[in-house]
Amino acid sequence: MSENVKFVQGNEACVEAALYAGLDFYAGYPITPSSEITERLSYRLPQIGGKFIQMEDEIGSLCAIVGASLTGCKVMTATSGPGFSLMQEALGYAIMAEIPCVIVDVQRGGPSTGLPTHGSQGDVNQVRWGTHGDHAIIALTASNHQDLFAVTVEAFNMAETYRTPVVLLFDEVMAHMRERLVIPEPGEIPLVGRLRTSVKEGVDYHPYLPREDGRLPMSDFGGVHRYNVTGLFHDMWGFPSSEPHIVHGLLRHLVDKIENRVNQLARFKEYYLEDAEHLLISYGSATRSARHAVEKRRLRGERLGLLELQTLWPFPTDIVRDRCARMKSVIVVELNMGQILQAVKLAVDHPENVFLANRIDGVFITPADILNILRLIQGKGV
Amino acid sequence: MAVKDYLRERFFPHLWCSGCGHGMVLNGLVQAIEKLGMSKNEIVMVSGIGCSSRITGYVDFHTLHTIHGRALAFATGVKMSRPELTLIVPMGDGDALAIGGNHFIHAARRNIDMTAIVMNNRIYGMTGGQFSPLSGENISATTAPYLTIDPSFDVVELSKAAGATFVARTTTYHIKQMADIMRQAILHEGFSVVEILSQCPTYFGRKNKVGSAVDMVKWYKNNTTPIGSKTKKENPALIERGIFVQEERPEYCRQYEKVVQAVMKG
Repeated sequence: MSENVKFVQGNEACVEAALYAGLDFYAGYPITPSSEITERLSYRLPQIGGKFIQMEDEIGSLCAIVGASLTGCKVMTATSGPGFSLMQEALGYAIMAEIPCVIVDVQRGGPSTGLPTHGSQGDVNQVRWGTHGDHAIIALTASNHQDLFAVTVEAFNMAETYRTPVVLLFDEVMAHMRERLVIPEPGEIPLVGRLRTSVKEGVDYHPYLPREDGRLPMSDFGGVHRYNVTGLFHDMWGFPSSEPHIVHGLLRHLVDKIENRVNQLARFKEYYLEDAEHLLISYGSATRSARHAVEKRRLRGERLGLLELQTLWPFPTDIVRDRCARMKSVIVVELNMGQILQAVKLAVDHPENVFLANRIDGVFITPADILNILRLIQGKGV
Repeated sequence: MAVKDYLRERFFPHLWCSGCGHGMVLNGLVQAIEKLGMSKNEIVMVSGIGCSSRITGYVDFHTLHTIHGRALAFATGVKMSRPELTLIVPMGDGDALAIGGNHFIHAARRNIDMTAIVMNNRIYGMTGGQFSPLSGENISATTAPYLTIDPSFDVVELSKAAGATFVARTTTYHIKQMADIMRQAILHEGFSVVEILSQCPTYFGRKNKVGSAVDMVKWYKNNTTPIGSKTKKENPALIERGIFVQEERPEYCRQYEKVVQAVMKG
């Protein structure tokens, strides 16, 4: 068997993808069910001359990777719900200061300490709105290790392209499940490197003046351009400002650079949509059971389809509206009390036809669970 | 290089109140760096939130003005990724030792090479005069209308216990000593702590009726003494200033580099 074929946990797939993407600095703090990412990188990064540090908490972890990103490194941290809660202020800082970084949230049952060793998808809305103030965010997920690898590389690419934190929203089931992973050859997935300024030494460099295409070329700390980085509203030099036009312009820039590219950022998969009358929408680990349920019913000739979302935020509203337009019913399958359900209802023309198939008891949702709910929705009884 | 070449004149006037000690700290710091003859490109200054933290805006280095209490964690990322850079981390007393206390002791424990400056004015100035963990007891503050009951940290003892390998204290009155200590702290390889008693006439001074800025600076002159001086023995209430700790211990980034070299050699 080729060395490129592995049988690994999702957490290990994430590590291999991060290294493939060029990760060279990682800071983390142990927490179930993400710890294998931190453990594995403490082993792997020194082998390639990369930097690993175990910080004193999750707050420090995110702060440290932001610092390292400013010197030109590709950076990541990983955590789970309680740690992700602690990271919210620094996440807002990375958004405001436009620092490329990747944050993995391996979801477990919440709130609070919750169910540390059980799967959940309860952090979906926290990723969207966990940090204070108006902002935009990119969050990606996947339902198998091959896709998990691909979206992890994409997360690094998007972080660099848009100078923003990107959240990888995995869950305990994906993290600890083992399955086959083929590591792509170098170059097979394109990588986006740091866009650095071409402004010469001695010429005034404006770190926060977007180019015509909206991108902001960076200059590494330690290089020839010295500038200020702050979490306050700031002008094109990075100096604090409360001028109304500067505040307005920066906030619009931070939101528009992501929200104006919803379709460009959308990653999704479609199964059996051509003739479908009923559509299941799912994401992450729950997709596996949803797909099984669809394929089982297809054998009986029922016209079920599946839309798997990989980009959760910015929510692909147009795509969801379009795919739902001709469906008799839409069933959102997720491991929470309906967090993406709300986004789907907002997106579609007939929210009254959108239903929820979920589990919130720490037990992974099965195809039978979904089929039982389907029978209820279709008025067939249990 | 002239001292003014280290400043970003574009961003003046500064926001500190008249009589504030923080500008005097900036003076001492720039003097120290000028004496060291360092290139501006090799210095990264990282700060958190508060009056003290605004110092980063005014100096022409790579400057990172971050979130409350976390400056040392950001600085750790910068230093680990580029160990050849010189890291200077000015913090206020609340920033460094209330919200930032955990990062402070862990940076000291690692002995990561950076200079932490605690600009101790014993008050939260930017938010309007609340007491800090360095205010001490019987202090009037906007959150202590009946005077504080909270004991204070001793920055020197705390730093020593946590593992800092350079620990010093001085005041805004002793500007020459301040510049000299900062110079040595920056040169020291390891985690350096410099506590600088810095007056806040606007809040601490006014609330506690200790006079004008000049009176407060004079208080530093009259109530401090060099470490181990004769006057300290006669008057134990005096605050000692000078270098308390200056010792060698393996530095964190160098230790990490050794791990990398060993692993890569296989």
